[in-house]
Amino acid sequence: MSEAARMSVAQPAPLLSVRNLRTWFHTFGGVVKAVDGVSFDVAPGEILGLVGESGGGKSMVGFSIMGLIDPPGRIEAGEIVFEGEDLARLDEARMRRVRGKRVAMIFQDPMTALNPLYTIGNQLEEMLKLHTDLPSARRRERAIEMLREVGIPQPESRLDNYPHQFSGGMRQRVVIAISMIARPRLLIADEPTTALDVTIQAQLLRLMKHQVTQNAASLILITHDLAAVSQMADRIVVLYCGRIVEKGRAADVIERPRHHYTRGLLDSIPHHDKAQARLRQIPGSVPDIRKLPPGCAFAPRCPAAQDICRRVEPELVETATGQAAACHFPIEATR
Amino acid sequence: MFGYLIKRLIQMIVVLWVVSVLVFVMMSFTGDPTYMMVPLDATEEQIAQARRLLGLDESHLVQYWRFLLNVLQGDFGRSFVFRQPALQLILERLPATLEIVFLAMVIALVVAIPLGVYAGANPGRPLSRAVMAGSLVGISLPGFWVGMVLIFVFAVRFQFFPSSGRGPTTELFGLRVSFTSWEGFRHLILPAITLSIGTLAILMRIIRAEMMEVMKQDYIKFARAKGAAQKGVLFKHGLKNALIPLVTVFGLMLGDLIAFATLTETIFAWPGIGKLLVDSIYRGDRPVIVVYLMFVAFMFVVVNFVVDVLYALIDPRIKIK
Repeated sequence: MSEAARMSVAQPAPLLSVRNLRTWFHTFGGVVKAVDGVSFDVAPGEILGLVGESGGGKSMVGFSIMGLIDPPGRIEAGEIVFEGEDLARLDEARMRRVRGKRVAMIFQDPMTALNPLYTIGNQLEEMLKLHTDLPSARRRERAIEMLREVGIPQPESRLDNYPHQFSGGMRQRVVIAISMIARPRLLIADEPTTALDVTIQAQLLRLMKHQVTQNAASLILITHDLAAVSQMADRIVVLYCGRIVEKGRAADVIERPRHHYTRGLLDSIPHHDKAQARLRQIPGSVPDIRKLPPGCAFAPRCPAAQDICRRVEPELVETATGQAAACHFPIEATR
Repeated sequence: MFGYLIKRLIQMIVVLWVVSVLVFVMMSFTGDPTYMMVPLDATEEQIAQARRLLGLDESHLVQYWRFLLNVLQGDFGRSFVFRQPALQLILERLPATLEIVFLAMVIALVVAIPLGVYAGANPGRPLSRAVMAGSLVGISLPGFWVGMVLIFVFAVRFQFFPSSGRGPTTELFGLRVSFTSWEGFRHLILPAITLSIGTLAILMRIIRAEMMEVMKQDYIKFARAKGAAQKGVLFKHGLKNALIPLVTVFGLMLGDLIAFATLTETIFAWPGIGKLLVDSIYRGDRPVIVVYLMFVAFMFVVVNFVVDVLYALIDPRIKIK
């Protein structure tokens, strides 16, 4: 069997295929290229980690897929092919039938994502009202069932409670329940645990993973927390200033990062087994995305930067293992 | 809830008492109304007799004391002019005022809510800018001028609507109302529109400002991510969250319109309580003025109570206590 044929067998048709996506914001201060030429696939049942620092354009990838980019932002170019249909070209009415039903999204802050004036039962059932024709009694049953699945005790009585009667972790469970109740094919979780206590972050990530696998759905986990991603994701995409700097299988990216930015992110994770005087950090900060330097956007902060890095933008180069990095001087595997 | 009611009741009594004191003090500066009651050629003796009959011959303190005692027995005094209980005069004319005020409020809400929600959800669109400019005009225009223009255009020029007075009335639950017949309703339209202009403009601006704030919230974006249609997002998730300030202002404006529809009622010769107040001031009919202002205070306390209850109904985080 040839190399190409073997690859096509190993990789089934992707559920989502983002091609060359550009989401730009036309502001008074200039064009903000929040997402600038991003391509990646999500296979059915796959968990993809979308990683990067704040302001790296991670959330905008999620909102672009959902078709929820508000002016002055706009999808300038690219395709978002989901189950054979280009979402970037769907009109609002058809996009509405995708949102919630086929692609659902979870937000960062569960304290603000739920409408304070409606019971959580109402908000759960709203999703069913929008996307199914279940009768009212069945909707209620399904809402109770869903709350039980996400680990809310006494779901029958909690259904008539308002969001302010729940703790942050419980609210995020409710948000997960709402997102999964219409059984979407793809879940986009945008920093789903960042606003929560460290002690419940792992619980909720496990819950999300469980929900997704149980429904044979895919998950895009958007986060700056590489540690969380390394335990969850099948593959990882690392974004920097709206561009992909590295992508590949999670194990490869975590254990053998090729891009110096990924390496920097990994080095800044504390390890309990390594006695370290001080955590390493990436020097400098994310540049103003409106005035990106020519060449590699990471060059000003990169320990390996040479002249060419400041002049020529590196291409994303894929290795035989499917790992790709956009770097003129990628880190070679030493182990 | 019970404690809350008691608190409100005590508050009402205090407010009414304070208002009655204030009104009596002010009245004592306005001179002796006896001269307005007696004929021009009345003798000193006749004037003194009239003064005694009206109870104005005693000191203000005694007058006030007597008034208080009577009020505690449910007697709010009699009009000098009509020789009728003052409260009865007000209650008789109240339905006429309530009719135009309620119609005005309905007009204001029906116009202000959709336009305000639209302008708040789509700031920067041409229609939103037009709405905002229009509301500024609405706030700036004095009601009496709007009334006169409406009369000139719709009553004099085109003769669509009558220019003044109240139409035929029918009895409904013991109240004399005129909106039940087409002819009576026609008489309502111009005064109601005149009353609604200012309220409409202010409500519209408040709804817009609140909606702009609410539309930025995460739960709006989450509602859109659920696949809710624009209408559901705006009205179910957006407007309800914008309602609290709206209800507050709406309550105050409702009270204000009922109490002081005076100008509009005068222009349209509308036999409501506003016109009664003007006439009473003009005639020095002191008992009517006192009871009128106490009635207004009472109404505002009631409106505030209703607004509090509405808060709790709208927002589950607000508890009445």
